Amino acid sequence: MSAAHSHDNPAADLREQYEKFISKKIFCLFAFILAIILLAGYAATRGSADIRVADVYATILARFFPGYFQTNWFSDTIVWGLRLHRILLAIVGGIGLAIAGAVMQGILKNPLASPFTLGISSAAGFGAALAIVMGAGFVGGQWLIVGNAFIFTVLASFAVYGLAKYKGITPETMILAGIAIMYLFSAMTSFLQYVGHAEQVQEVVFWMMGSLGRSSWDKVWIVTVVIVVCFPYLLLKSWDINALGAGDETAKSLGVNVERTRVVCMMLVSFITAAVICFTGTIGFIGLVSPHITRMIIGGDHRFLLPISGLAGGLLLLAADTVARTLLAPVILPVGIMTAFLGVPFFVYLFMHRKKEFW
Amino acid sequence: MVKISIKDLTFSYQSNKILDDLNVIVDDAEILSLVGPNGSGKTTLIKCIDRILKPKGSILLEGQDVQSMKQQEIARRLGYVPQSSSTPLATTVFDTVLMGRRPHISWRVSDADLDKVADTLELLNLQELAMRDFGQLSGGQKQKVLIARALAQEPAVLLLDEPTSNLDMKHQLDVMETISSLVKEKGISAVMAIHDLNLAARFSDTLVMLKKGVVYAAGAPNDLLSEKNISEVYGVEALVMRSLDKPCIVPLRSLNGAAAG
Repeated sequence: MSAAHSHDNPAADLREQYEKFISKKIFCLFAFILAIILLAGYAATRGSADIRVADVYATILARFFPGYFQTNWFSDTIVWGLRLHRILLAIVGGIGLAIAGAVMQGILKNPLASPFTLGISSAAGFGAALAIVMGAGFVGGQWLIVGNAFIFTVLASFAVYGLAKYKGITPETMILAGIAIMYLFSAMTSFLQYVGHAEQVQEVVFWMMGSLGRSSWDKVWIVTVVIVVCFPYLLLKSWDINALGAGDETAKSLGVNVERTRVVCMMLVSFITAAVICFTGTIGFIGLVSPHITRMIIGGDHRFLLPISGLAGGLLLLAADTVARTLLAPVILPVGIMTAFLGVPFFVYLFMHRKKEFW
Repeated sequence: MVKISIKDLTFSYQSNKILDDLNVIVDDAEILSLVGPNGSGKTTLIKCIDRILKPKGSILLEGQDVQSMKQQEIARRLGYVPQSSSTPLATTVFDTVLMGRRPHISWRVSDADLDKVADTLELLNLQELAMRDFGQLSGGQKQKVLIARALAQEPAVLLLDEPTSNLDMKHQLDVMETISSLVKEKGISAVMAIHDLNLAARFSDTLVMLKKGVVYAAGAPNDLLSEKNISEVYGVEALVMRSLDKPCIVPLRSLNGAAAG
């Protein structure tokens, strides 16, 4: 459209401006996807066995297009057998935690909300501690710790729902119920640590710091499936989450079923978080900070905030894990520590240079 | 033609009765203002009409019972402008107004929706602010954006809760003139809770005076705003003069013990 034409028609001009504004967000989405692909390629080269970036991509693509890409047994074993599942768990885990954080901040209208606001991390920690210290749990064998962490996480969200329901599902009641549940599970975990042996306590602490060292293809698939099942509903509800940001009454007046939206979103978010942290331990920072970083870049429209926050979370967790396993190699640092070391400076930079009111 | 018919409406917060057996009629293309002291039930009535609150009694919107309508259907026909909107999370003015299209869309925004938003912004002279952050606007600008959001719903009736509170004199006039011209041009009706009796007198077709949750009196501003009614309802001695053929109220003093609620 020519400038002269658009000037004659202010409404068309406005629409054009808005479409440009949306195009920038879509560009940002693709930029994050590209950044993840590049970082994943780099991350797969890092480790005790040397392998080039080009070989990494060729090895990955050779599985899908065997006629077009060549690889060798060594690269295939390193990439597919050892490194790729860890990289993908970092990506999908980060995506899950960040989406969960963005939804929680939206439905609770609280910048400090994260998946863990509802006491989820302490419930998962307690589940894991119960398995490690007492050997007790809902499922046995190699899934004892994972199963406990998952089930207690889900139980915690039902408890928060039950408590909040009693006084009406509002952000305030949900946060207060979440705090109560968090302290309850923290106290129980402390008790288990108090009665446990030194090795058990060490294992509990290590689990709670978060690590991707226990990754496997099964775990990648489970987390991916949970996200793929839950995310479309959350994305579909992005208009309603936007409306909740303007207040419950406004949301109702715009036709939103406020209570149901809040409860269903909370349950799905808990489910995603449970699926991630039962395998990785409690990696708290991603869910809190990725939505903020994204909001500062693209604004608060959840139609774009949810997917782009997810990608930002995936990128951040992958970066943190890559640094965690290479910084003091062969010592691998807990990724939960590294996410904060990497994320905080970036977050502070954006916060200090922000031009818009983002909250 | 009757736009909204409210019959035997009662609403209580727990055991505290806020609205008691109210009957109100809103006609086509009229501005009806709810006036009365704090706690008289103005805002509660607005919220009951929009079914943000669920009262007892009947509210018919163009002959259809609001209580039996889906929330989305109500949102397509009633546009609500809250007293103050908590700042949405980092949204532009365009996005804020686009939210008004939510009752009409599933997820995807059509070109027609974008055109509707652009037209509404233009109608309210907000096009220069379209890409600004809502949180950075002045109080008067925010109020107009919230009216634009309600208009984007394409409502039959606008419900406004204290649209001029927290605004200076110029912005009060600006907002009221906007509402008045919308009612005239688009043929929609407006129901508003308002404290300023002079603004209500100047811009309303009908006033409903509430006292302790019941309708004390209803009628044209010229008939309703008498010194006696003001004294009875507000507990204030006032001088009622005339200006531009409308009543103009000058409050003189509070009457001890007579203050109503």
